Amino acid sequence: MTFRKFMRTAIAGAWCAIAAPALAADISGAGATFPYPIYSKWADAYKKETGNGLNYQSIGSGAGIKQIQARTVTFGASDAPLTVDKLKKDGLVQWPQVMGGIVPVINVEGVKPGELVLDGPTLADIFLGNIARWSDPAIARLNAGVKLPDTAIAVVRRSDGSGTTFNFTDYLSRVSDPWKTKVGANTAVEWPVGVGAKGNEGVSANVAQTKNSIGYVEYAYAKQNKMTHVDMINKAGKRVSPTLGAFQAAAANADWANAPGYYLILSNQPGEASWPMTAATFILMYAQPADKAASAEAIRFFDWAFRAGDRMAEELDYIPMPANVKEQVRKTWAADIASK
Amino acid sequence: MTDAILEAHVTEGALLATRRRTLVSLRRGDRAFFWATRLSAYAVLLILGGIILSLLSGAWPAMKVYGFEFLVTQRWAPNAMPEPILGGLGPIYGTLVSSLIAMAIAVPVGLGIAVFLTEICPPRLRQPIATAVELLAGIPSIIYGMWGFFYLGPFLAEYFQPAVIGLFANVPVLNEIFKGPSSNLSLFNASLVLAIMILPFVTSVARDVFMTVPPVLKEAAYGIGCTTWEVVRNVVIPYTRVGVIGGVMLALGRALGETMAVTFVIGNSFRISQSIFAPSTTISAAIASEFAESSDLHQSALILLGFLLFVLTFCVLALARLMLMRLEKRAGK
Repeated sequence: MTFRKFMRTAIAGAWCAIAAPALAADISGAGATFPYPIYSKWADAYKKETGNGLNYQSIGSGAGIKQIQARTVTFGASDAPLTVDKLKKDGLVQWPQVMGGIVPVINVEGVKPGELVLDGPTLADIFLGNIARWSDPAIARLNAGVKLPDTAIAVVRRSDGSGTTFNFTDYLSRVSDPWKTKVGANTAVEWPVGVGAKGNEGVSANVAQTKNSIGYVEYAYAKQNKMTHVDMINKAGKRVSPTLGAFQAAAANADWANAPGYYLILSNQPGEASWPMTAATFILMYAQPADKAASAEAIRFFDWAFRAGDRMAEELDYIPMPANVKEQVRKTWAADIASK
Repeated sequence: MTDAILEAHVTEGALLATRRRTLVSLRRGDRAFFWATRLSAYAVLLILGGIILSLLSGAWPAMKVYGFEFLVTQRWAPNAMPEPILGGLGPIYGTLVSSLIAMAIAVPVGLGIAVFLTEICPPRLRQPIATAVELLAGIPSIIYGMWGFFYLGPFLAEYFQPAVIGLFANVPVLNEIFKGPSSNLSLFNASLVLAIMILPFVTSVARDVFMTVPPVLKEAAYGIGCTTWEVVRNVVIPYTRVGVIGGVMLALGRALGETMAVTFVIGNSFRISQSIFAPSTTISAAIASEFAESSDLHQSALILLGFLLFVLTFCVLALARLMLMRLEKRAGK
């Protein structure tokens, strides 16, 4: 009898839940894993302020693009921008929401953070396997005075498809012809050497425990895990360290105004202080959304993030978009996304 | 039985109609039970068929483009222009070799444990050891992966691998198989983690079947002066062969399909290396790593890999059945 009573109550309860007036639905989005920490932090703060929630699934850039194309979410998020042609074909609008940096990290005994410096072609040669030992003259030439062991370099890279890999390989393709022809740029590439680890956390853990290793991670992971980062020689030929200032310098030099559809990849930017591996992460939405109310709600959230989210982004080692770019994005929203 | 139930249903002074109604309701209950079990059994077939069909339809684009080349191509270049070049040889090789090495380690050790537990172990120790081995089976595979990644991998790379590499440095063939440099993540590490994971399957099945050997057989053997080794070799194992092979095949099935632990420790490299200390990948590790960010032909090729794993596991089980049948026939003579 108790079971029957329980069932009756449960069914009655379910009916009440269905019959209850629908609450304002959460904004739904899916995509890149890289901006997930900041999107969820923004979502928390936004919920506290406005009562509206955001449901973001960090399922990867490629999957995010697929979800928005299938119209199962209000917005998609991708670390790699879509080309103007693709945007037009699917009737999508994209804009950069926040930026981050990618940093080579090493684990070589006796070498302290920022002590080692590499340039693009040398970095590419290491990940190609052409430079296989730390004592290689190409590395020594850039690092007079740094004592490097005569041991094999253990390369660590991502095993999963990732926007981090896309931006890293894009940089290597720009600075190294052998890399461009042999490997190229993509979220997943045909790695010539090295072991693959899953996610930024996998790569950083792997580098941390493998002697004489090198890998690449998002800046936040390098910083939080206190890893030994490598300085880079940028396009202007100057040595730069991975700092918020260097990422911002790269972002400031980027010419967003003349990039149709915001198709701009921030690697290898000019400027003496620019960090060469800076990356923006993008939001994708429909120009003619099926659910205009949900779409407007999502835009209100991103506008709020532009206004109130900069400090939160910096706390998590992301770089906010410069003010002029935010203004430009706001104009894009008004002009390109139908709200009525 | 029925009478007892009727007794309860048919109260004093009950009419014939009540009796008939009760009988009908009982028959109806029986019918419902029959159909419920029958449909459950059919559902399994239906689900199996559905999985095969959906795998095939997902893998079709890749099958059309690559054909049988897929089985012998080692290159895995999802970003190659103008079309991805994808070959499954690397993961297929990694799956087979890692399972093979795992079996080579786990089967002798697992049988050894089972023999110790049933024949040699003092009764006081028997239960604790048996429970400990069975607990190994209860550990989630991700825990094995993390342990392999953080502790076993660095230990092997630091001490075990350099020693083995040095030991076989001057032996032809073996110096290719055990070739440096040592690596935290490698095919061998994955095999070792797999071996530990499948050990409980081998042990617990073997222990259970060893216990079924009639004591009179063993006592007769001991009576004519056999040593424990001879009893195990000539009485226990021949008597339980079928059950032992069943346990081994169960373990092999798990080793072939294991995903998370392997993804953590194998190094995810599609290149085939002669050295077992080099990183490699398996079918399930490749799918787990790349599926989320894949699209079009790349995704289709991953589904094709999944289909191949399905076929591979099926073949292993079929082969096991065949072997068992032949063994039984020979034993019958």
